[in-house]
Amino acid sequence: MAEKTLPPVDVVVVGSGWAGSIMAKELCEAGLSVVMLERGARRSTARDGAYPASIDELEGAVRYKLFQNPAQTTVTVRNRTDQEAVPYRRLAAFLPGAGVGGAGLHWTGVHFRATPQDLRLRSHVVERYGSKFIPEGMALQDYGVTYEELEPFFDRAEKVFGTSGLAYTVNGEVTGKGNVFAPDRSDDFPLPPLRDVYTAHLFRHAATEAGYHPYAMPAANASQPYTNTYGAQMGPCNFCGYCSDYACYMSAKASPNVNIMPALRRHENFTLRSNAHVLKVLLDSTGKKATGVVYQDAEGNHITQPAGLVILAAFQFHNVHLMLLSGIGKAYDPASNTGTVGRNFTYQNITNSTVLMPPTRSTDQFIGSAGGVAIDDFNSDNFDHGPHGFIGGSPLWVNQAGVKPIAGAKGSFPGAPRWGSAWKKAAIDTYRHSFTINAQGSNMAYRDVYLDLDPTWRTSYGQPMLRMTFDWKDNDIRMNRFVVSQLEGVVKALGAQDAHYGMREPGKPFDVRDYQTTHLCGGAIMGEDPKTSALNRYLQSWDVPNVFVVGANAFPQGMGYNPTGLVAALAYWSAHHIRTQWLKGNGGPLVAQ
Amino acid sequence: MSSTARKPLSVSASLFCGLTLMASISAPALATETDNAAQDLITKGRYVAEAADCAACHTMPGSAPFAGGYAFQLPIGTLYSSNITPDKTNGIGNWTEAQFVRAIREGVRADGASLYPAMPFPSYARMTDEDLHALYVYFMQGVQPVADPVRANTIPWPLSMRFPLTFWRWVFAPSPEAARASAARTFASPELARGAYLVEGPGHCGACHTKRGIAMQETALTAQDGPHYLAGGAAVDGWTPPSLRGEPRTGLGAWSVADLTAFLRTGRNTRGSAFGNMDTAVHHGTQYLTEDDLTAIARYLKSLPAADATQHPWQPDPAATRALRSGGKLTPGQRLYLDNCAACHRSTGAGYAPAFPPLAGNPVVMNRAPDSIIHIILTGATLHGTSAAPSSFTMPGFDKRLTDAQVAAVVTFIRHAWGNDAAAVSDVDVAHTRKQLIPATMQSAPPTSEGAAHSASHPAMDAN
Repeated sequence: MAEKTLPPVDVVVVGSGWAGSIMAKELCEAGLSVVMLERGARRSTARDGAYPASIDELEGAVRYKLFQNPAQTTVTVRNRTDQEAVPYRRLAAFLPGAGVGGAGLHWTGVHFRATPQDLRLRSHVVERYGSKFIPEGMALQDYGVTYEELEPFFDRAEKVFGTSGLAYTVNGEVTGKGNVFAPDRSDDFPLPPLRDVYTAHLFRHAATEAGYHPYAMPAANASQPYTNTYGAQMGPCNFCGYCSDYACYMSAKASPNVNIMPALRRHENFTLRSNAHVLKVLLDSTGKKATGVVYQDAEGNHITQPAGLVILAAFQFHNVHLMLLSGIGKAYDPASNTGTVGRNFTYQNITNSTVLMPPTRSTDQFIGSAGGVAIDDFNSDNFDHGPHGFIGGSPLWVNQAGVKPIAGAKGSFPGAPRWGSAWKKAAIDTYRHSFTINAQGSNMAYRDVYLDLDPTWRTSYGQPMLRMTFDWKDNDIRMNRFVVSQLEGVVKALGAQDAHYGMREPGKPFDVRDYQTTHLCGGAIMGEDPKTSALNRYLQSWDVPNVFVVGANAFPQGMGYNPTGLVAALAYWSAHHIRTQWLKGNGGPLVAQ
Repeated sequence: MSSTARKPLSVSASLFCGLTLMASISAPALATETDNAAQDLITKGRYVAEAADCAACHTMPGSAPFAGGYAFQLPIGTLYSSNITPDKTNGIGNWTEAQFVRAIREGVRADGASLYPAMPFPSYARMTDEDLHALYVYFMQGVQPVADPVRANTIPWPLSMRFPLTFWRWVFAPSPEAARASAARTFASPELARGAYLVEGPGHCGACHTKRGIAMQETALTAQDGPHYLAGGAAVDGWTPPSLRGEPRTGLGAWSVADLTAFLRTGRNTRGSAFGNMDTAVHHGTQYLTEDDLTAIARYLKSLPAADATQHPWQPDPAATRALRSGGKLTPGQRLYLDNCAACHRSTGAGYAPAFPPLAGNPVVMNRAPDSIIHIILTGATLHGTSAAPSSFTMPGFDKRLTDAQVAAVVTFIRHAWGNDAAAVSDVDVAHTRKQLIPATMQSAPPTSEGAAHSASHPAMDAN
């Protein structure tokens, strides 16, 4: 192992997913020299999406080709502070990506904006329900940025991603049959919505009959060939269903690799280094200024890359981990409720219900895309929470993402026989005639749910692992049960033969062995108060003002929607203020403390 | 960072307080003082080099510009392109302008030996003194010298002797005077004259797109020489260059001027995508030409009448689409098409242009010679990004997946479907093509190794 120091550059970006790619592109456009460091391998649609080899469920979804290798680095997990955390050795509950494109290569492509209420949830709840409505121990906060401020950046991201969808209002005028709960937009989606698959079509009609307001889910799966803001080209989605866990061979699913890298690589001031695992951000003697990063390359050498500006844009918990390892900001202590790095760690509260249709209805579950039909009647604060006594909500949707052979063989209708010819029949019936309705809900932040450095376990790089302390709380369990129970009218209207309502069970702890979602949030959140947030509203570290930390780590609590649309908008928002304010100033804080 | 960085980087934004400035970006390395006139001449020379597509043969992907080493697989052995950087030992740094001009126009090296006609001097003979002067200045002052020695050719004796090439030149290469007289012939408009100059001269389109004779000489060098000119050539590196004349099915008869300029600018349009050596030609050459020059080229090509006057325009025929969608009994070719091709090229054969090109009505598909379509199915190909269209698209290779008989079946289907009307191919044809495709001839194949294609001098060659 050798140590080496490279010539300085203007900017080092840690991570090559959506957040890192957007930041790198913006800062290259500003004329800065940018080095992007990616811990995983080079990836491209040409290689990783080569048809038909790419549509290999064993390689993609069982052996996790595009994901983090837990043997190199992982987290430890426990439910409560009085337990000892143990390492997450097999990927299951959540699947962080590795390699160029990060999670942006293996995501499905569901592309939402945030609701105006969710962005200022604490203020909104206090205004509508009073401060006593907030349960003891819930760390409810505002983002410090409003929907109106972010709107141009949501719009920009959609035009880069080639997002397919249907607006409800544009500039205050009703323009289409979109989501009636959606906030106003400055422009329509760049592409029309994906067509409803059969099960989404059934759901749309049943939800209407039940009195709800179904809409086409916005998806960063191109419904037509598309050329984006950067001149990058996409093919159209053909509903093959190989979105989540795979590189899209049609170049129809937006990814940093398809939508940004082709243009980013043409900047002469851009350098991408793969297999570069960043170990820490280096600070000067004052601890108030970053001087660069040190990373380990594929040969095990420790390379110092000096830089004037450090952008942390790794996956949510890796960003938090790097801040803790580097001493950027004060580590959160739940006992004293002080410190900011690690607090407000949240997840997403998803449960799946299964509907079994009569044998005459074939649900064609092999078809899939990031599109689908959703209702927002019980999402965010679209309904009166007063009588229910919980905060948060959940969209309900049929987002048929394509059931592949192995998953199909494993997933029989709940209660079906587990072996023999009866199991085979149940598996076949389930595959042919069932479909899934997801309740993807919010997850609030709590004082004793957080991230810190594990005192025992170390990564293969010799550093303390990140420790997750996480469990489901009463507020979120009741929210989920309430929303899922609203499906009964839909199921009735569907004419279903049977239905299994997937609900969170009180007393059942968070279990990492079952896949739930990779939508982890928080831990280094944005906000208006340096005592309760690690980052200011521009995603700038309160403590080290030449470090910006971009990603879902900034969300104060988990929302019902998928996080990527907000991650992208926040990245453009942050980059805009770096370009227009920070670069022109003295390199100090953009918000006075 | 290469000396041929296309535009100087603006670093003004880095001049803010407290930020470490980059040290890694070098200014374009110009050997002499850069007064405006000299700089303009270098810029003009670079443009001529792009119009003449010098880099396509003299720059290896991932290597320094113009250092040579590109392999030409010829029936007589392997020929490597030379180092044309201004390095005094290994390149052309000691050449006078007169020697340089003679090499380009007449195929005679500074030492008096004859060049192989892989160097398209019979076309370059048309180039003007003005263009060649700018080109010389560019190579001497705008290109970084590289000390890589020229790789020895593997052409066995007696074919390795160069003196017979002198006779070849006498017989087949035009004298510069005659060539320039031809270039100065009367045209209907200055635009057509410019188009003819670019295509017949520096563009040397005929080097690939015109059939060669028994001695490898182009059978026509200009539009004046008759309908052989640009009527399609024999396979080069296993790719068959199609006709650039007005045949409605196998030529450019159905392409508009706008189709042509989009194709030359971006390597793609709604009718097709560049692959094989044309991808390289777009990448190194045509994408950098001005809109006026591309339009001139397009109008000139559109002025060339069909060499084969018997072709009827392509008309869509829905029978194949209906068969593919019927869910009924399919022929092996239809079945293979659905399983391997239809995801991107669709049951209509219309593709999703420009991302995935159409096969229906595509001149390359209907070419009399099936080499290109067999080749691309076996090896795949990458359409690289350009400045105007940075996305790269790769068709994967199916050589490990499909047998010779299967490739023949699907190629035969594609050549007959949707109104296409080209002849069937057999497994013997496929076996023959497969045998020819030794790795050295597959320089345009998709990148396979980690980061192999990413290089500072060719950022755009990294397929995404």
